[in-house]
Amino acid sequence: MMELRNRQLRDIYVDLLMEAAQKYPNLVIVEADLMRALKTTVFQDRFPSRTINVGVAEANMIGVAAGLANMGKLPFTHTFTPFATRRVFDQVTLSVAYSRLNVKMVGSDPGIMAQLNGGTHMSLEDVGLMRNLPGMTIVEPVDGVQLAALFPQIIEHIGPVYIRLLRQEFDPIFEDAQPFTLGKGTRLCEGSDVSLFASGIMVKEALDAKTMLAAEGIRASVVNIHTIKPIDKEIILEEAKRTGAIVTCENHNIINGLGSAVCEVLCEHHPVPLRRVGIMDHFGEVGKKDYLMEKFGLKAINIVEAAKAVLKHKSEVKGD
Amino acid sequence: MDQRTYLENQAKEIRKLTIQSIATLGVGHIGGSVSIADCLAVLYFDQMHIDPAQPKMPNRDRFVLSKGHGGPAVYATLALKGYFPMSLLDTLNISNTNLPSHTDMNKTVGVDMTTGSLGQGFSAAVGMAVAAQIDQAPYKIYALIGDGESQEGQIWEAAMFAGSRKLDHLIAFTDYNKMQIDGEVHLINDVSPLDRKWEAFNWFVQVIDGHDVLQIRDAILKAKANKGKPSMIIMHTIKGKGVSFCEGKVTSHNMPVTKDMAKDAIERL
Repeated sequence: MMELRNRQLRDIYVDLLMEAAQKYPNLVIVEADLMRALKTTVFQDRFPSRTINVGVAEANMIGVAAGLANMGKLPFTHTFTPFATRRVFDQVTLSVAYSRLNVKMVGSDPGIMAQLNGGTHMSLEDVGLMRNLPGMTIVEPVDGVQLAALFPQIIEHIGPVYIRLLRQEFDPIFEDAQPFTLGKGTRLCEGSDVSLFASGIMVKEALDAKTMLAAEGIRASVVNIHTIKPIDKEIILEEAKRTGAIVTCENHNIINGLGSAVCEVLCEHHPVPLRRVGIMDHFGEVGKKDYLMEKFGLKAINIVEAAKAVLKHKSEVKGD
Repeated sequence: MDQRTYLENQAKEIRKLTIQSIATLGVGHIGGSVSIADCLAVLYFDQMHIDPAQPKMPNRDRFVLSKGHGGPAVYATLALKGYFPMSLLDTLNISNTNLPSHTDMNKTVGVDMTTGSLGQGFSAAVGMAVAAQIDQAPYKIYALIGDGESQEGQIWEAAMFAGSRKLDHLIAFTDYNKMQIDGEVHLINDVSPLDRKWEAFNWFVQVIDGHDVLQIRDAILKAKANKGKPSMIIMHTIKGKGVSFCEGKVTSHNMPVTKDMAKDAIERL
């Protein structure tokens, strides 16, 4: 049984990748000189002929991966999120998505988790970019348990997948053997006043916010959206109909990420008051996680404030 | 009939079908399509291991037209080879067609990779050759790039990697017709000396007349026999070659072609 809690996420990921490589002889990895960052060097030691490192050339990494997929291989590409998306957007768009090739693209250190690599390496737009591509699936696993449950589904899914992966520390949220389904949200708790939708590192903040709200008599649902595309419309509408007030929480620009995806569903089917917690249309900057969470308003307290604001809005709409 | 005459006839037929299909809609990428007609004739009618009856045959040779705007010439070649009926050529770029301006493997039988954004098809061809190398496959990956396309950075990313990885499953061509949309290549961003560039990237390089079918054939045979390096065959060509109204003209990249122009040009082929 693989240890899924007290380890860095990259170690769990590489174990999953190697496990899959035994089952899928066509699985290969395509790298652009960041193997030491994600520790896919461990995979290389075990499967040297299935490791293709193109060097510092991300556009070619995506093109080569597309070519490999075209020949029936199952390529996984690895780099940091900005280089997995904005740097290679045309390559991902045409050589992968438009060509309908089965390439799995992993970006690590999403959003502020680039931390000491700083603003240049902070992808606060990657979900937005990838969300715009027809046929793209976007997954942001929260922890080791969830990653392990989703990984076989990602492999079995035929079509491009963008995996927004934490690299080192993560907050263990889920217990072992929890079922997760690609494309379906996960309800962590059910409340009647307000619904908190969260992805990635914001799930823990949303859970903390729920506790803080409970202390004030406000009952909040917490829903984890691990598959940002295709988004789980059903769970969004269930929550909207039950609580009538939504807060989205994401480690991404509030434009074009989870918040926007939830808004799109609500606006078309069941409009209710909503607030987005995330990066308020700023670029990132260098710093450690705690500093950046506070600086950009990603803490539980920010979610609490947003929840209260949305509840006020709800009562105004109702005319209470 | 000797091989030269046979292949020249095929090339002439490819040019004729290309002009006709573009004239059906009345506009298209004619110049860079007909400049590669001789290369396509040699590949599809002499050198490539392919079977139009089994377009997905696993051990077939693959062809990637990285300069995807040469699609009309590829469609003419595929039709001539028997991949689909000739009548399909009349649907080029017409609504709901399976023959789009730039090659698309999900639309057209016989097309091995989707291309259109310059530089990308070449990278994909390199990836396909990596797969062939891993599998120690018996087939080759052929790729054709443009000289204007050679201004794309991705070409050289892919070139460096293919050379470094000794991808001898890969045989590439440059359609060195010296012209791009905005003018002459050497006046805009000179790609020369192409031979020394590719040699410096650790490729086996040959420079030939890209309108001489036997030179093309001979170069491919040498490339196939070459081990330990990817091959680049630089073909000196003329944009619009063989087509009276556009040969050697910069404006031939994408131009109106009336039925009268086509008829006249075909008579002069």
